[in-house]
Amino acid sequence: MINLLIAIVIILAILVVAKVIRVFELSTDLKGANPAEVTETDNKTQATLFVIGITAWLIFVVYCTLAWGPLMLPEAASVHGDQIDGLMNLTWWIIAPMFFLCHLLILVFSYKYYYRKERTATFFAHSTKLEMIWTTIPTIVLTSLIVYGLVIWNEVTGPAPDDAMEIELYAKQFDWTARYAGDDNVLGKSGYRLITSENPLGVSANDEASKDDKIVRGELHLPVGKAVVFKFHSRDVLHSAYMPHFRLQMNCVPGMTTQFHMVPKTTTKEMREITGNEEFNYLLLCNKICGAAHYNMQMDIIVESEADYAAWLSEKKTFAESISPAEQEALPVVLAEVVEGGEHAEDEHEEAPATH
Amino acid sequence: MSEHAEHAHHHHAKPDFWTHYVFSQDHKMISKQFLITAIVMGFLGMGLSMLFRMQLGWPGESFKVLEFFLGDWAKGGVLDPNMYLALVTIHGTILVFMVLTGGLTGTFANLLIPLQIGARDMASGFLNMLSYWFFLASSVVMVASLFIETGPASAGWTVYPPLSALPEAIPGSGLGMTMWLVSITLFIVSSLIGGINYIVTIVNLRTKGMSMGRLPLTMWAILITAILGLLSFPVLLSASLLLIFDRSFGTSFYLSDIFIGGQALEHTGGSPILYEHLFWFLGHPEVYIILLPALGITSEIISTNSRKPIFGYKAMVGSMLAIAFLSFIVWGHHMFLTGMNPFLGSVFTFTTLLVAIPSAVKVFNYLTTLWKGNIVYTPAMMFAIGLVSTFVTGGLTGIILGDSALDINVHDTYFVVAHFHIVMGASAIFGMFAGVYHWFPKMYGRMMNKKLGYVHWWLTVISVYGVFFPMHFIGLAGVPRRYYSNEAFPLFDALQDINVSISMFAFLGSVAQFIFAFNFFYSIFRGTKATQNPWRSNALEWTTPINPGHGNWPGPIPTVHRWAYDYSKPGAKEDFIPQNVPLQPGEEEMH
Repeated sequence: MINLLIAIVIILAILVVAKVIRVFELSTDLKGANPAEVTETDNKTQATLFVIGITAWLIFVVYCTLAWGPLMLPEAASVHGDQIDGLMNLTWWIIAPMFFLCHLLILVFSYKYYYRKERTATFFAHSTKLEMIWTTIPTIVLTSLIVYGLVIWNEVTGPAPDDAMEIELYAKQFDWTARYAGDDNVLGKSGYRLITSENPLGVSANDEASKDDKIVRGELHLPVGKAVVFKFHSRDVLHSAYMPHFRLQMNCVPGMTTQFHMVPKTTTKEMREITGNEEFNYLLLCNKICGAAHYNMQMDIIVESEADYAAWLSEKKTFAESISPAEQEALPVVLAEVVEGGEHAEDEHEEAPATH
Repeated sequence: MSEHAEHAHHHHAKPDFWTHYVFSQDHKMISKQFLITAIVMGFLGMGLSMLFRMQLGWPGESFKVLEFFLGDWAKGGVLDPNMYLALVTIHGTILVFMVLTGGLTGTFANLLIPLQIGARDMASGFLNMLSYWFFLASSVVMVASLFIETGPASAGWTVYPPLSALPEAIPGSGLGMTMWLVSITLFIVSSLIGGINYIVTIVNLRTKGMSMGRLPLTMWAILITAILGLLSFPVLLSASLLLIFDRSFGTSFYLSDIFIGGQALEHTGGSPILYEHLFWFLGHPEVYIILLPALGITSEIISTNSRKPIFGYKAMVGSMLAIAFLSFIVWGHHMFLTGMNPFLGSVFTFTTLLVAIPSAVKVFNYLTTLWKGNIVYTPAMMFAIGLVSTFVTGGLTGIILGDSALDINVHDTYFVVAHFHIVMGASAIFGMFAGVYHWFPKMYGRMMNKKLGYVHWWLTVISVYGVFFPMHFIGLAGVPRRYYSNEAFPLFDALQDINVSISMFAFLGSVAQFIFAFNFFYSIFRGTKATQNPWRSNALEWTTPINPGHGNWPGPIPTVHRWAYDYSKPGAKEDFIPQNVPLQPGEEEMH
């Protein structure tokens, strides 16, 4: 395929050079002519080249679509993704004909009206009627698209269902960590000042709700058909959680929580059949430039039956369990020290001038 | 006005080398200075993209040429990921600011404003000179940042904090980022000084008879562009200043709750979203600051070479005004997924998609101008028609990106890269090339070689579409932009062939630009001598001598009697009637 493209490039390049050389030969025959002047031959040659060029361009567009179509993202794996795909397809059906129409007009006009001395251009400076037509039609079409798009946008970004499962997706240079809310479906409080090497998400051990939270790295498992609401956090720079197969993306912003909810509707196994790729896995990628390893900040997503999911999750330790008993005892104290230590230091700083 | 003009004429009477070529206050020389600086910066920006296209086409492979140019940043010929991000960042910055804003507007506003409105020079020659020198200083600082040890700014051309604020996050956010901010600050100064001068000149120094309704569309485009710049660049300046404060003086405008390099930072209460709002308040009008002059140039060239009046002059002006107005209330479409209130997202979707209406009007008006014309294929005309094509191709995908619901899945992917390189990058570059081929005779009194121009055009358009069209597909396959390599994702392996062909087209395109550069510099010295009005144009610049001196017209400034688009007017002997020709008895001024 590459070879084919390279061949096309070379052939087109040769064609162009050949045509130009021909133009050169023809024009030097006309002795005494100003070499900068665009001659009748030039006009005819270039008009012909426009026909060839635009035709080649339109063929290229069709070829790319046919050849690379199968490489595009498969059907959406989430419920809201289907709506987005529907809007996308409608939009393509509107803009593709416009694309071909405009280029065909350029093609026809560029050849039909190339300069000939005996012809005179038509003095046609304006027509209110025509201008009204091509102001009104785009207005109507775009208004419909806007309305349709906003209906979907409002549904997608609307409040999450009450029973949605909460999962925190925590971004840092350069990996993702997921925190499941546990049986109470409430994520324990956390803060960047509580971060230690044992507690990389800065989860507060003082909060009852955090005890049953489960912190998971490497793979994100989701039960099929169940609403899930992601809470996004970042501890350093901007990141963006992008799950292309679910038509989901949201930035992770230090200092604030963002969220997005969805219902996965296709299991990983089903999607492997659909794509015919045994190795297929859903992806979570980072899609906001975040540093040197931005290009490798990823996590696999596994969508499975609720039973499989429950079995997988039950093997994971809770936040309370994940810390050794001794540490668990010490942790709240340590954390309290971290917080108070900071305040204490500030106090000292403030008092310092008074001692002088 | 003529008294002032006479004064100006004498004032500039004895140029020596320094005042003529270096510290020139003559708008024509300043225009050439802008153009040549922009060509140099353009080649640099293009060269950087060639370096990262090697990595993207053949990730991880060793290229001697990379080590040659980048040294330790490409040990053993393999590009360092930090340097990859730096190349992308500086490529974007140079092309957006130095080439397509400073270069495009600086060149054609300076050259054309006095010549097309009938003035001796710009309102302030001194400010005009300052505008160039700030631009040059800005370019020099940006280029210098490529040579420092920690590397140039690497946070993407939008330099979002905290990445751009914290040297711990990426080495390029050290001295490199400081230099980036200094360079952009200088650039903004240049742009503001230039802009206010353009506005004042167009509003005040029009010759007798040159009413606003008779202004060539290039003038309208430049006037609107200058107003956009004047209203939006100060906001970028404030964004940069606040970023400088956060970086150097410990403030927290954009920073909060950050744990990096093993410790929690003291910054609290700020938000990077604030920066994004400020940045895109410039950033989106900036797109039109780049595009409008190209559209204006294209209007002029398509009309002249179709030997036909531009169709719907008033609609063209109206649509530019509408685009300019809308450009100030659409910035949020760059931020749909920042966690911004979804309702606000809806508002921005609405305003964004409205931009398609005036844009569609412009496209149809261009097409109608070609219809039943008598098209002369000068190289300028071919680039102008090329702009119509890229404006359509890139503009239509804007309807997808501007729709918040659809943006969710294509945001920040290669689909965006494809979209803006075609609609903004290629269109503006085509407009710029069209302008250079068209007005080269006015700049240098010689013609550029038309055959080399044709070769340049065909190779350029083939490579533009060969590079950027396939990127839509990579984006629709879910590949994010600004990735050093896709090798970490087996799912994207099948797309590697596309990346190889993109890189091949990119190399072809850059070779083609050397043809242009050769043609440009060769023709300055050896080109065929220009005739008085080589394109048989109506606009006022062609009534000046072939090599206009200071003050532009040796005698009095011509008076204008008609609009600039009386081509093939029924009843006229020639197929063009210059603006300074009085109306014949019984002739109606129509448009």
